[in-house]
Amino acid sequence: MVSTEQRISVTINGTTYEREVEARKLLIHFIRDDLDLTGSHIGCDTGNCGACSVILDGRLVKSCMLLAVQADGSAVETVEGLADGDELSKLQQSFKDHHALQCGYCTPGMLMSATALLRANPHPSEDEIKKGLQGNICRCTGYWNIFEAVKAASE
Amino acid sequence: MLLREVGYARPGSLGEAIQLLAADDGARALAGGQTLVNVMKARAGSPDALIDLGRIEELRGIELGADGTLEIGAMTTYTELVESSEARARPILGEVCAQIADVQVRNRGTIGGNICTSDPTNHLPPLLAALGAEMTIQGGNGVRTVAASDFFLGVYMTAVGPGELLTKIRIPAGRNDGFAAVTLGIDGTCIVSAAATHNGGLTLAIGCVDAVPVVLRPASADDDAVRAAVQDANLDPPSDVHASSEYRRHLAGVLAVRAAHQAQGSS
Repeated sequence: MVSTEQRISVTINGTTYEREVEARKLLIHFIRDDLDLTGSHIGCDTGNCGACSVILDGRLVKSCMLLAVQADGSAVETVEGLADGDELSKLQQSFKDHHALQCGYCTPGMLMSATALLRANPHPSEDEIKKGLQGNICRCTGYWNIFEAVKAASE
Repeated sequence: MLLREVGYARPGSLGEAIQLLAADDGARALAGGQTLVNVMKARAGSPDALIDLGRIEELRGIELGADGTLEIGAMTTYTELVESSEARARPILGEVCAQIADVQVRNRGTIGGNICTSDPTNHLPPLLAALGAEMTIQGGNGVRTVAASDFFLGVYMTAVGPGELLTKIRIPAGRNDGFAAVTLGIDGTCIVSAAATHNGGLTLAIGCVDAVPVVLRPASADDDAVRAAVQDANLDPPSDVHASSEYRRHLAGVLAVRAAHQAQGSS
């Protein structure tokens, strides 16, 4: 049945949230505005920058290119789910060690893309790392340290 | 960004999806959404309702027939095509899908969405035209099949009519294929593209030089014959900020030769 609102259930970082949402709401707004999980960023809002990247049912997606209702019944991972309490993931620690962020705005998306890459391919080649981060833009152009951090985390 | 208000339904079967689409002229099928959601953000399109095809099993899957024919569900994503062992029966498919946009878009974008958009800058319309694909379209009045050459009708227009859905894409057996494109940045949309297949004779399909892929059958697979075929087609491509008409015409010849080389295993 066609409806402009729908009740959805989405599991984010292990917690299941049930909410009534408008069909027009993008997944990123559901995550940030409705659930107050503001780690995922909105950079361009046009699907180009990748700052809003999350992992949906095991696949990396841009959450501004998806309606929240499309994620009904799915499991989502966001940047908030990477650390174990105060303990950073190996990749997060590597970002810290390699100074892989300048302004930090793109970092949540970069971390999610690199997490998805290393899960699928724990020892990527240099080209595979670059291809894995292709959908993420760093407007500080700090790509080299991000690349080095991912490379070190894969070793 | 806040989209205009829109209705939404997520049918579980093909029949239900077709009914929902037929019931409302303003309803649009939502495949991977990697084009449509952006079109809606830009207010370039404002459907009354989105019929989400994401949970319809009948639209998924890649089957390899005993004779080497591939049958690909319209909702198969680029990533699924890249990873599929069946799709390796026609390796060019995965090879080209791996050049589309980025990981995130490849994980959501679908083969059906790519061709139903019929955007001349997309990779798959010329490729499927060259490979001689056949599209299955289902609507309230039943099922019909349309050759790729009759599927693309214009920019953003295909043979899929109101209340109908593209359900699967059939690709005949074959191996010797090629694809070459000049794109907007690596893996970006195409400025000009050329696909080639060499099974018996050489078939070329040039993208971005007209509203629909231009299919050519050169007299032979020699470079001179390929260039002559492109020349004789009297292409009149559009000019835009990325390339003049003249430059696109030039690229068509260059890329046709490159694609033909790859199809003959000599790239």
